[in-house]
Parts: sequence; C-alpha cells; structure tokens
Amino acid sequence: MAVTDTGQTGAGAKKPSPLFKNLTAKIAAIPMIMTALVVFIGCTLWTIYHSFTKSRLLPAPEKWVGLENYERLWSENRWIVSIENLAIYGACSLILSLTIGFILAALLDRKIRFENTIRTIILYPFALSFVVTGLVWQWILNPQLGLQNVVRSWGWETFTFDPINNADIVIYGILIAGIWQGSGFVMVLLLAGMRGIDEDVWKASRVEGIPAWKTYIFIVIPMMRPVFVTALVIISAGIIKVYDLVVAQTSGGPGIASEVPAKYVIEKMFTSQNLGLGFAASTMMLLSVLVVLIPWAYLEFGGKKNG
Amino acid sequence: MKLTTKLLAATAMVAASSASAVELEVTHWWTSGGEAAAVSEFAKAFNATEHTWVDGAIAGSGGTARPIIISRILGGDPMHATQLNHGRQAEELVEAGLMLDLTDVAEAEGWADVVNPSRLLDSCTLDGKVYCVPVNIHSPQWLWLSHAAYEKAGVDVPADWFEFVDSADALKEAGVVPLAMGQQSWQTNLAFGAIMVAVGGTDLYLDVLTNKNAEAAASPEMTKVFEAFAAARLLSEGSNVQDWNQATNLVITGQAGGQIHGDWAQGEFQVAEQVAGTDYTCLPGLGVNEIIATGGDAFYFPKSDDPEITAAQKELASLMISREVQVAFNLKKGSLPIRGDVDLSAANDCMKKGLAILAAGNVLPDGVNAFSADTQGQIDDLTVEFWNDTSITVEDAQARYVDIIEDAD
Repeated sequence: MAVTDTGQTGAGAKKPSPLFKNLTAKIAAIPMIMTALVVFIGCTLWTIYHSFTKSRLLPAPEKWVGLENYERLWSENRWIVSIENLAIYGACSLILSLTIGFILAALLDRKIRFENTIRTIILYPFALSFVVTGLVWQWILNPQLGLQNVVRSWGWETFTFDPINNADIVIYGILIAGIWQGSGFVMVLLLAGMRGIDEDVWKASRVEGIPAWKTYIFIVIPMMRPVFVTALVIISAGIIKVYDLVVAQTSGGPGIASEVPAKYVIEKMFTSQNLGLGFAASTMMLLSVLVVLIPWAYLEFGGKKNG
Repeated sequence: MKLTTKLLAATAMVAASSASAVELEVTHWWTSGGEAAAVSEFAKAFNATEHTWVDGAIAGSGGTARPIIISRILGGDPMHATQLNHGRQAEELVEAGLMLDLTDVAEAEGWADVVNPSRLLDSCTLDGKVYCVPVNIHSPQWLWLSHAAYEKAGVDVPADWFEFVDSADALKEAGVVPLAMGQQSWQTNLAFGAIMVAVGGTDLYLDVLTNKNAEAAASPEMTKVFEAFAAARLLSEGSNVQDWNQATNLVITGQAGGQIHGDWAQGEFQVAEQVAGTDYTCLPGLGVNEIIATGGDAFYFPKSDDPEITAAQKELASLMISREVQVAFNLKKGSLPIRGDVDLSAANDCMKKGLAILAAGNVLPDGVNAFSADTQGQIDDLTVEFWNDTSITVEDAQARYVDIIEDAD
C-alpha cells in the first residue's frame, strides 16, 4: 500500500494539472462559490423569470403574462415618483456625503487637538439605525416641536422650515437625515485613506511652497482613488436600498411624495400580494444598478488589460 | 433553532400528547390596551379546557403582521391559529390547501344560522367549505365629532356630513382644523369609502364594489363623490399626523372638529374617559345613510399533520364563536359580535347605534371583502395621492379610478 501511494504521488507531481493547483484553497472556496451561484445568481434569475408571470400571493410559474407587469409598473404614478425621488436622493446624497466627508476628514487630518473625541462625535450618528435616524429627524423637522419652533422662539417669527409636510421638498428632508447619518462614516473612510498617504508627499509639497488646499485637491485626492471607489460603492449600495429611513420618517408621505423603489417593491409583494409586480420592480432596480456598474467595471478592469 | 430548544420542544410535545392536551400557538396583531384585553378573553376561555393558548402577538398593525404570518405559513413553519381579516387576503392560502377545513364544526354547530350578517361566513367560505371563524364586526363608515371644538367655534354639532362641511368655515375661523386625517394611505381610502356611501348612495357603492362596474365608476354620481372628496381634502389642511390614533387625539383634544374613521376609534375616546353624546358624537354612515360596511377579523387554522392538534384547533374554533366568549371578547374590543343572539346591554351608545343598524340589516360589504389586496392597494395609492396633492383634478382622479375598477379582481 505504502509503495503504491508513493508511486501515485510521484506520477501526480510530474504532470500538475492547473485544475488541481492549490486544491485545498479551491475546496475551501466551494461553499462560497456555491452560495454566490445559487443564492445570488440563481435567485436573481428566478426573480426575473417570475416577473413575467401573474404571481399573486404565491409564485405561479405557469401563468406567463409577458411584459404585462412592466407595462403596469411604468404606467403607475407611484413608481415614477419613486424613481424620481431615488434619482434626486441618490445624486445629492452621493455628492454631498463625499464632499462633506472629505472636508471633515481634511480638517481632522490637520492634526488638531481632541481629534479622537471629535471623530467619535461625528461618527456617532452612523451607530444609529436608519429607523432611529428617521424618527429623530421626524421630530427635529416637525414644525410644532423642532427646528422651526426653536428659530421662531428666538424671535424670527416668520421663519418657516417644514419639509416633511411639503410634498415638493419632502425628499430633501429625508436627504438631510441620510447625510447626517452617513457622512461620518465616509469621513472615517477618507481619513484612513489620507493617513495612508506618505508623509514625504507633504514634505515635498511644503518645500515647493504649494498651499495645503491645492495639495489636497491635486495630489492627495488622485492618490486616494481606491478609497474613493470603496466609499462610492458603499454609499451607492445604501442609496439603492434606502427604505427604513423613509418608512420611519415619512412613511412615503405626504401622499406619495417621498416614496422610494425599495418601499414599492416590499409593499407590492407583501401588502398588495402581487409578487409579479414586485419582482418586475426589483428587476428594474437591478437593471438600473447594472447600467451604472457595467460601464464602470469595463473602464476599471477592461482598461487595465489593455494598459 | 438550537438543538436544545428542539429537544425541549420535542419533550414538551411528548409530555403534552401523553396528557392528550396540546399547546396551540396563536398569532394576532392585537397589541393596544383594549385589544390585548379582548384577546386575553379568548386565551382565558381556551386555557379553561385542557389545552394551552400560546400567545404570539405581533406588534405593529395588520400591514406589519400579515406578511410575517403569511411568510411563516408559506415557509413551512405555520402557527396553529392566526388572525387575518377575512375575505380575499387568505384566498390563495386556502386554494393552496394550507388551511384547515372547518366545515364539519360549522355544520354541527349550525354557524350558517347564527352568524349575522351571513356575509361574514360567506367570506370565510370557498367552494362550499368553511375555512375561518369570524370573531367580530368592524365598520369603517363613522364620523367622530368633537363637542369641545364646536363650542369653541360657537356652532351646533352637525348631524350629518353635509352640515359638517357647512360648519367648516366657522371651525377654521376659530382656529380649529375641521377634519383630522392621518397620512397613511389606508386612512384616506377608508374616508373615500365612507364618503362614497354617504354622497353616492348604496346602489353606486354596491355596483362598483360588488359588480366592479367600470361604467358606474365613470358615472356622474361618482363624479359627485370625487367632488365631495376633493372638498374634504381642503378641510384637513394643517392636520399633519401619521397614525389614525394621533388624528383621533386631535378630535379628543378639540384641536380638530371631526374625523372619518372606523368604530375602533371609539377605544381612544374611552381611554380618554370621554362620554358619547356629551364629549363626542358618533355618526354611522356619516349621518347620511344609516348603513355600515361590515369588515372584521377572523381566525384561520393552518393545517397540521398531528390529529390531536387538529382536534384542538377545531375546539378553539367552536369556542371563539360560542355565545359567552363572543360577548366577553367584543365588549372589551369595542366591536360588534358576529351573532345576533347575544345580550350586549353593557355596550355603550355608539356600539348600540351599530347594533341597531346591524339588527335592521343595513349592511354593505367592506372593500377588504370585495377587492383583492392588489386592487385595494391601487385605490390606497390613488386616494392618498389625490388627498395630498391638490393639483390633481377630479376628472384625472376619476379616470384613474375607472382604470383601476376595469382591471379590478
């Protein structure tokens, strides 16, 4: 037995198949690969298939209706409003949380006193869930209790700030809460990135007499590209799935003015018991992510091969 | 589930079956003070038998609890009994064969004869078989009026919806919001249904809800309903509240003149120790048509393989509909009992008004029974959008309503 074993090992060592290279690592990765294939890709395909069926409370793969769900989806005012809200919320939240996060990080980067304390205070909102954030800001923006009342009590009697009850600007009320919650985290991410910049870069710029703000914009930011990409991905994922914040702060109101796609999907699937329509909406959400992701991935990874 | 929990559960089951008594887990979303007191009447009665009631209350309203309940049944982890609004919500679960057939109990006890109005039992019935136990009647078409608000404005408390609309200016001048309205979409839909019965009349209501007649939905009578609804939305400016009980609270404190809401609002007045007739007035059918739609709650029993559990489920079903339990439960809940042969002399004024209407047979089907959850959701969306966006015209809203009714199921 021992002899045959040695013989086999010898034979295997002579012709190493690339498939069996790092075999243990590959075996260890199988559960994750299977999860990715079955859970993510499998379930996505299942969802897309069922979005073409008339599934109500239960999935009904045999009731094929073609594009009917998609036609109804795009004829519904509520879905259009949801998409518009997501676009406004997404664009503003992306730009503002990156800008505010970067400015805060740059200020903290100037080696100020009590940096730890300030960093903790600014990061603190991130420790709160979206539900708590939404409730807190519902109260702050409540005209009878919150900000408007405080400013009026200071003597500015005509001051009006009531975004939550104004259908035209309610989405900005949600945006304020979202940024308050998220920009601390972006700051910490970017601060970590700044700390990774070599001290010599700063020394060199000081020798050249370049002002600090120019150094940040023209040298530090380009060097921090990977950190920005990470922050971008994390913020974007948060934007697409924004749901609990809206539910806690406005529950979609006034009227349907602050509805978002994720809320539409959940409510059509479970409250309205129309799985097909919910699946169609979630497929559209996936599609919108892919529209952004594919060109980006092409530029990011395709470019490298050429260069 | 952890292994120990499993073992414990298994041990408990063995122990239970040896004594031929079982534990039934019952889920519901009755968590407010009065509701919890009411449901404990069920538990008390069931615990008096050899079985045990395991309470599975789910906080939040039906909208939160229903998805949890349904996903548990679909996911193969069913409870033994659960509250649902009867009607179309559970239709597919019944069709998929996930619910226990209660026909033998119903026939043995003659439910068909005692349940009044009989429509409640009809909505539990599918293909001639009974699948649920109706336990109470709730009606949405009520107008609740604050006496304090009308005193402040110096006008008499109105006797119907039209007087209410006329009195709105006086209320506004006195700094009172005429109509309190919560922002959630189901509340505007409820108000829409109530105004439809009051302004459009019962024939129109039945034609649209029962026959799903799109022509009736496009008729000039329906235009009047939308016009009344459009006038009503202007009366609620300034009542920026979310939940229905916050809106009711505006009425209780005299900050708002009135609220269109279901009879469950009464519990809030009771908690605030207000007396019907002196502190507040309730007008069924908005005081115009003395008629109410009868929705309500029912219990369903998911199928089980264990014959002992099935037997206990049937026992619980017959207990819930029994005379004593119906009285005890409904007095606490503030709802009307589903059988006409019980004595409710302890009921308050508003409940008695409801009972009288019920006894006269002036009842309509509720939207929950007539429309699928999907259609109901579409009407929710339309009414709440219309209510909050005054730029939507009556014509646009009605056209969209007709579209919904055309595709309604």
